[in-house]
Amino acid sequence: MPAVCCDSVVLDQIALTESVRLLSASWNDPEHLPHAGQFFMLRCWGMGEGPFLSRPISLHYWDPGKKMVEFLYEIKGEGTRRLAQLEAGDAIQLTGPSGNGFDAQAIPQRARLALVGGGIGTAPLYQLARELNARGIRPDGYFGFRDEPFAMESFRGLCGVVRVATDSGRFGFHGLVTEMLEPENYDLILTCGPVPMMRGVYSKCAAAGVRCLVSMENKMACGIGACLGCTCHTKEGPRSVCKNGPVFEGSEVFGE
Amino acid sequence: MSEQNLKTSLLGFSLNSPLMGASGTFGYGVEYAHMVELPKLGAVCGKGLTLHGQYGNEGERLWETPSGLMNSIGLQNPGVEHFIQVELPEMEAQLRPAGVAIIANLGGHSEEEYEEGAALLSASSVDMIELNISCPNVKQGGMVYGVKAEAAAQVVRRVRAACTKPLMVKLSPQAEDIPAMCRAVEEAGADAISLTNTFQGCAIDLEKRRPVFNNIFAGLSGPAIRPLALRMVWQAVGAVNIPVVGLGGIATGRDALEFIMAGAQAVQVGAANFVDPRVINRIYDEMADWMQANGVKSLDEIRGCARG
Repeated sequence: MPAVCCDSVVLDQIALTESVRLLSASWNDPEHLPHAGQFFMLRCWGMGEGPFLSRPISLHYWDPGKKMVEFLYEIKGEGTRRLAQLEAGDAIQLTGPSGNGFDAQAIPQRARLALVGGGIGTAPLYQLARELNARGIRPDGYFGFRDEPFAMESFRGLCGVVRVATDSGRFGFHGLVTEMLEPENYDLILTCGPVPMMRGVYSKCAAAGVRCLVSMENKMACGIGACLGCTCHTKEGPRSVCKNGPVFEGSEVFGE
Repeated sequence: MSEQNLKTSLLGFSLNSPLMGASGTFGYGVEYAHMVELPKLGAVCGKGLTLHGQYGNEGERLWETPSGLMNSIGLQNPGVEHFIQVELPEMEAQLRPAGVAIIANLGGHSEEEYEEGAALLSASSVDMIELNISCPNVKQGGMVYGVKAEAAAQVVRRVRAACTKPLMVKLSPQAEDIPAMCRAVEEAGADAISLTNTFQGCAIDLEKRRPVFNNIFAGLSGPAIRPLALRMVWQAVGAVNIPVVGLGGIATGRDALEFIMAGAQAVQVGAANFVDPRVINRIYDEMADWMQANGVKSLDEIRGCARG
């Protein structure tokens, strides 16, 4: 189903940490229902008022009853700073849902799964955990942060084990999230986070012979597969992160 | 909705409107086909093709600037034959029934490549060929033909002989002399001219202390270039007798009307599609509203009017 562009309304925005925000907006298009791992292009500024391009943000949570999409994002630059100023009732332009996302329906119900998130890369894993639970699959969760975890409580009811690591050692395991992971205990690992982390996850999975899906990120202009600005060079050739991805086989992106 | 007539004739085609999706910003049109109201879209210029296809550039491909965007895609494309077999049938299925003209954009690395690619496209169902002699992002590709009028004329002559489709030649703003370049491609057999492609720019990454782009220079588009592009369209219209299709930073109905008043037969919308994928709908409506408010029934009444 191709993406659509809608003028939507902000329902709420709350600060989870100094730099992390949870933004909800209405999504009323019944023909374009999003799923885990997909993203939207967000915009709340005119052409000459801010950054030229819209900002791709992954779907954190989709509530079909409330017709609400939620975005968990980190303030990193001018675009996200502008998004952070939004309040309930403000207008927001949403283009999406874009990308392939994670196909929760295709995962066998008896599969032993682990979700591995790093920093703001934990955002799409919440919707994924919900969709997996709806299929009767309870994954384990491994989450790494620099110093301060966020949005972890929402995972506790959805995951078997939730393990948190911080670089600073302030919370949970002192070290990298990849150090806690033992891929041989799982049939499939799904990961989203910084590229060095995902490469580390893939390497451990490859050594253990375990399949690994990675969710990539890149700068995007169109977000719908038209401009080829977000191409990621893979073993299979050039692939658009926005259209062929953002979810790829780990071996395709990081394999030898 | 006003009842102004935006139908536009171009090289024997009656286009829905003067608005085209510009090559490289509009995919093959099918990505936008459900967001743009197709009766408001005149034509789609597909993503630039090369005979054999190519992966495009490594490293950064996008960089934002004030009111603009630099890109260094490097003509990533599946090749002419793949286009004819896979992408063109999708364009035919989605665009043709709505009367949207299909324009294939062709780049190349040598005169032989241009010639062979044009011959293949000439035998396909595309309505026109837009010859890209102006891609700034491919080494030894396109750009040399975009700078020198004699080199441009040479490649246009060869393509002209190899294809029977209407031929629109897309010029680079880096041409040494815009009027001379326009006259050269007209004499070589071009049926129309489109301009401008992106302007070569540069950006430095302060943290890395290196150029942002692997090719150092990249193509700047968006509203930032509009007055420069409009000046060149003005020059082109004054230099030749064939139709001129204007582009460069068009984002509103008023922007499009400026190009029409400068004498452009039609216009292309590029980077603005990234800001709002529905922007062509709004540009169309704003043009129609302006025409209605000013008692203009057809674009023919105002085309080139600014030239006095």
